[in-house]
Amino acid sequence: MRGLSQNWAVFRESRIGMLGLIVILLFGVFGALWPIMINTVWDPLIYHPVVGFDPMLLHPSPPTKAHLLGTDPIGRDILAQLMFSTGREFLLGVLSALITVVIGTVIGTVAAYYGGFTDTFFMRVADIMMLFPFIPLLVVVGSMVRLTFFPFAIILGVLGGFGGITIILKAQALSVKVRPYIDAARVAGGSSFHIIRAHIIPNVLPLSFLYMMFNVTGAILSEATLSFFGVLNIDMSWGMMIHTAEAAGYLFDFGKYWWLWLPSGLAITLFCAAFYMVGRGLDEVVNPRLRKR
Amino acid sequence: MRRYVLSRLGQVILTLLIYITLVYFLLQAMPGDITQMYLANPKVPQAAREELRKQLGLDQGVVMQYLTYVKNFFRGELGVSFSHYPRPVWDILMERLPRTFVLFLTAHVLSFYVGYVMGRVIAWRRGRVVDYAATVVGITFWTAFYPLLALVLIWIFAYTLRLLPLNQFIEPKLWQGAPFSANTVFGYMVYGGGAVAIGLFLIFYAFLRGLKRTRRNVALAWLSGSVLVAVALLAASRAGLLVYIWDIVNHMVLPVCTLTLISFAGTMLLMRDSMLETVQEDYVMAAHAKGLPDTIVRDRYAARTAILPTVTSLVLSLASSMSGGLVTETMFSWPGLGQVLFHSALANDYPLATGALAFTGVFLLIAHFVADILYAVLDPRIAYTGQPAAEG
Repeated sequence: MRGLSQNWAVFRESRIGMLGLIVILLFGVFGALWPIMINTVWDPLIYHPVVGFDPMLLHPSPPTKAHLLGTDPIGRDILAQLMFSTGREFLLGVLSALITVVIGTVIGTVAAYYGGFTDTFFMRVADIMMLFPFIPLLVVVGSMVRLTFFPFAIILGVLGGFGGITIILKAQALSVKVRPYIDAARVAGGSSFHIIRAHIIPNVLPLSFLYMMFNVTGAILSEATLSFFGVLNIDMSWGMMIHTAEAAGYLFDFGKYWWLWLPSGLAITLFCAAFYMVGRGLDEVVNPRLRKR
Repeated sequence: MRRYVLSRLGQVILTLLIYITLVYFLLQAMPGDITQMYLANPKVPQAAREELRKQLGLDQGVVMQYLTYVKNFFRGELGVSFSHYPRPVWDILMERLPRTFVLFLTAHVLSFYVGYVMGRVIAWRRGRVVDYAATVVGITFWTAFYPLLALVLIWIFAYTLRLLPLNQFIEPKLWQGAPFSANTVFGYMVYGGGAVAIGLFLIFYAFLRGLKRTRRNVALAWLSGSVLVAVALLAASRAGLLVYIWDIVNHMVLPVCTLTLISFAGTMLLMRDSMLETVQEDYVMAAHAKGLPDTIVRDRYAARTAILPTVTSLVLSLASSMSGGLVTETMFSWPGLGQVLFHSALANDYPLATGALAFTGVFLLIAHFVADILYAVLDPRIAYTGQPAAEG
């Protein structure tokens, strides 16, 4: 394995990855502004993303000086909602992707190391998971039980963790397992646990990290889609903002009420694209075949 | 080959069973059953509800109910829908399935083709402006917030420019005095379209691959292809179907284009990565050295091998496209499987929701199966025993 600075140098060469990273950092700054704004400049009674209301205007109001991106149909500030949600989207995406990747890495390495029944079992599970049409399934589940923020993130992470990612990580772990130093470690008396933890997992981790980026994209898109359909019980998110506009019927006059859907829609797309691009950039680091000669 | 197909078939059936079991118990675990729909209705007293439960078999144990369900499933009896009472679930699904199938097959093939062509171009021009631009644009569409993208496209093309019909499957006004039902026309359209497509494929395959690729043969292929299409169109217009088919096709344009836009990048990026690998192979260099033109080397040497991984991803993307199917069909009011699933879930219509989910699974499994066989045919390195010939 190469050192961190070397990897960083390779990553920096990928313009796509850098573009993504810059966009993510911008979103990070944007999200970090929220607690500052609400504690200093903005009056929480008016600017609270969920219960705020501005009594001075007719809602939804187009962008004004007081509300730079206008207000939504029930009088809440769009910019405040957008900022507040940014942190939440980071949390949701990273949490569920982290769960996915941890489960995927553990299962993938264990399946590769032990082979046999363990391997067959988890691979078949992954086959079935890949079959599952998740969005329809979650729509069905969500319309029947209340899905709130954290349970949803965890469900998404766990469902993803047993899916296709295990197959990819297992293939990687398999290629590590056959290397001579694994045999050496075993001869030296290393336990299976030790070998998996100290020798196989570190070599799989770059790939896991790469897939984590793609999973962040997937998680946020799923959240947005399900929120849009109104089957999630989340008080505020980018998808929820569009849902609010849609439920109140303002999306029928699309062009006129642009501030109700454009900021949040753009935010979702840009945020997801940014993570995906970082993933692509990492791909060039992790995947030797893609490197420029 | 036969053994491989049979063993795959066995696996498919087993997976299907597990899938149905999961779906069944998942929905069983959800709160409420049909008798609760009558809870607030004074005309249906407690005793009547009990009687209803008994008639529907809801008083039996869960395992017993499950066994009955599986038995009925393989007989094609999926129960009666609550929200479309008294239509059987099977009827509804059979009406909706072809619509979903046609929409997705068209969109999938189109996006695969676009992704394939663009992928090989941008891999060939790696690091140039085309590469970056196509990658960024592709990723942006790939990660675009789908419902909103659909709304934007509807707004632009159907509402503002009025080029395409707004939504739905057909234009009700046109069909009011129609001598056919929408399903009949759709059936003719599917069979006719399928036959023409197979005919065209055979003609072009014969002339461009089988026979020598001379200028005369290419012209002959185009000629006989257009004659075939003309005959089909003539037959349709003589039967008076053409207006109605045109209407349905018109309604398909926007959903298909949206689906293509949102999913072509997946194939494109994969094709690019896969091409980057094959262009370094020796046989590509040899082809260059022979003095073959650039495009021939790209399309017939490098891309031919690079397509294999994209075929696998085509299978994997089927599942996600079925997820996207729900969004597409809801946004475009396309009366297919996804829309049924969505509405039945919102209406707590358990039999219909279970049936629709199970059918989505069947649909995906069959696709999976077909693609596996296709892959085995395409790649001779895969032994038909079901094990890859060379590991690692």
